[in-house]
Amino acid sequence: MVKIGIPKTLAYYVYFPLWKTFLEELGVKIILSDDTSREIIDAGVKETVNDACVPIKLFHGHVLNLKDRVDYLFIPRLVSLNGQTIYCPKFLGLPDMVASSLDDLPPILAPDIDLREGLLNLYKVIFKLGTKFTSNPLKIIKAAYKAKQDWKQFNQYLQAGYTAVEAMDKLNGAEIDLNEGDNDLKVAILGYPYIIYDPFVSVGMIQKLRELGVKVVTADMIPEPELEKNFKGLSKELFWTFSDQKIKAGLHYYEQADVDGIIHVTAFGCGPDFIVDKKLELEGKRRKDVSFMCLTIDEHTGEAGIVTRLEAYVDMLKLRSDRNESSLTVS
Amino acid sequence: MKVVLPYLSNSHVALKSLIESFDHQVITNQPSKKTLSLGVQHSPEFACIPFKILLGTYIEALENGAEMIITSGGKGPCRAGHYGQLHKEILEDLGYEFEMIVFESLTDSFRDFFGKIRKVAGDASWIRIFKTIWREWNRLTVLDKLQQKVHKVRPRELKPGHTTDVFDEVVDLVAQAESIAEIKEAKKQGIDKLEAIPQNKDFEPLKIGIIGEIYVVLEPFANLEVEKVLGEMGVEVDRSIYLSDWTEEHSFFVPAEDPARDAAKPYLDQLIGGHGQESVGSTVLYGQNDYDGVIHLAPFTCIPEIVAKSILPEVSKEEDIPVLTLFLDEKTGGEGIRTRLEAFIDLLLQKQGRKEMKIS
Repeated sequence: MVKIGIPKTLAYYVYFPLWKTFLEELGVKIILSDDTSREIIDAGVKETVNDACVPIKLFHGHVLNLKDRVDYLFIPRLVSLNGQTIYCPKFLGLPDMVASSLDDLPPILAPDIDLREGLLNLYKVIFKLGTKFTSNPLKIIKAAYKAKQDWKQFNQYLQAGYTAVEAMDKLNGAEIDLNEGDNDLKVAILGYPYIIYDPFVSVGMIQKLRELGVKVVTADMIPEPELEKNFKGLSKELFWTFSDQKIKAGLHYYEQADVDGIIHVTAFGCGPDFIVDKKLELEGKRRKDVSFMCLTIDEHTGEAGIVTRLEAYVDMLKLRSDRNESSLTVS
Repeated sequence: MKVVLPYLSNSHVALKSLIESFDHQVITNQPSKKTLSLGVQHSPEFACIPFKILLGTYIEALENGAEMIITSGGKGPCRAGHYGQLHKEILEDLGYEFEMIVFESLTDSFRDFFGKIRKVAGDASWIRIFKTIWREWNRLTVLDKLQQKVHKVRPRELKPGHTTDVFDEVVDLVAQAESIAEIKEAKKQGIDKLEAIPQNKDFEPLKIGIIGEIYVVLEPFANLEVEKVLGEMGVEVDRSIYLSDWTEEHSFFVPAEDPARDAAKPYLDQLIGGHGQESVGSTVLYGQNDYDGVIHLAPFTCIPEIVAKSILPEVSKEEDIPVLTLFLDEKTGGEGIRTRLEAFIDLLLQKQGRKEMKIS
């Protein structure tokens, strides 16, 4: 059986259920890299150009972790999936960066996924990839259809408030209790999926907040049509897919004002994020009801540091909501 | 109206003249240390150096009474496509009042593009507008042609700094020309003047190509005058990008025939925004054309150039051409750059088996 390696980072947290079903239906064995760890990060940092952002260094680490165990590496070149926005230039050049920076790699499967010229390209990509493993077109169509169903289900779980990791477990049939008790506070965590959902990179931030009695919401929990309503607040829509989603989610939560705070989680050296962060910060400045904090994460981030900041932030939100309630009763 | 534009080296002469033809006054200062400090103070940390210099430029001009900012936009994936809008938000947050005109790509929206031209040009007739644009286009290409000549003359000059002084005069000459005929005349005089500089014609300089992100390649303040420093060390430089080429590609309907892009294909077969792909492709071309080395200039945190940088070592090996990447930010110092350039040149000379470059 052909073994295909998928690095457990970046687009994994968004598209893995789709790829998994599709490739497995075609009779391919999928090998994942190990969970992100200190060793993986260190290996990546050593091999990548020093100016790259943490997620890219991490990706190289995951590839190194995989390369000796697989026949192919699966690194799709994500250019545009909705036909309008594109991914960050580093995603666009990712297969080339990996091929240039690392030695002794197995062949890389890097289908170009660029739907700016129409949906037809998607079918082309599916068939081009599928015919590598089977000559039966019906089988490919069936696999693609099934993959789409699973991915839909995955996104429904995300919308219901599960993290990407939990949603994937649920797809595999695990029982997960979100433990939705009485939460006094609601906080939006805004960050790219590969940062907030990776338990090592985000130092388990979402879980920590839940333990502090905070209801956590994310950009994935807003249905697409709701998200699109909010671009009137933008003088120009951001042209990167993930950043566009993030900033619109931020505006959505500011606009709804049903959250107590917004935490923007960003990676050190992230290119597009300085624009997203500044815009969210300026928007927060114009509004008095939602407090904004930015947390930057890098390869040295320690758990204690992040936990301290989260606790302080939650304490501040509590003080604030207590004060608001008492002022309400007085008037 | 008092207007501020991004300052872009000698090309500013043409841009300024263009805007001033329509009863505006351009009050852009040449960027200085102070400009950069102002920009850094109000910019997010991870913004690139062009963002910071531009923000500083705008603040200085707004303090001097500018009422309108004119700049260019873009549709990505390079971050610069959002700079106009973000600059506006930051400046408004600082309490400035002004009008901002961001020229987006012509292919995005005709109406928008021409509407903005109308806004800048007031009630001038379209014929006059196009004539003016055509005149300034000529001025821009002439300036770029003269710059290329400077790159040839400078390494051969007998008195260090002579070429730079003459070039300053020549730029003034081009700036004063009032018609296309006068611009052409200024070009002829300029070439003559540059050729009249005493030179060592027998000297065989090293040839180095300069690639990278357009702003830091074009603006000497951002790249700490790398072309001049190299020229005076006796290196003939060739720039892979000029503003006139860029404008041609981005505003007119010239089909994009870019040899650099084709050359990049074996290494990076995808447009990644900014000049990432061109950087890779130009290195290949310099390698094939027997240049001695390539210097890659990029702003710190620039995404496309980071991608290019991680691919360049492979290109360097395959095409047998040494590459030096310099990432520039607000903390880059002139002496640091000079030391690295000297070391790079020593290395290139050793590779050729030459000991010294200057015969004198």
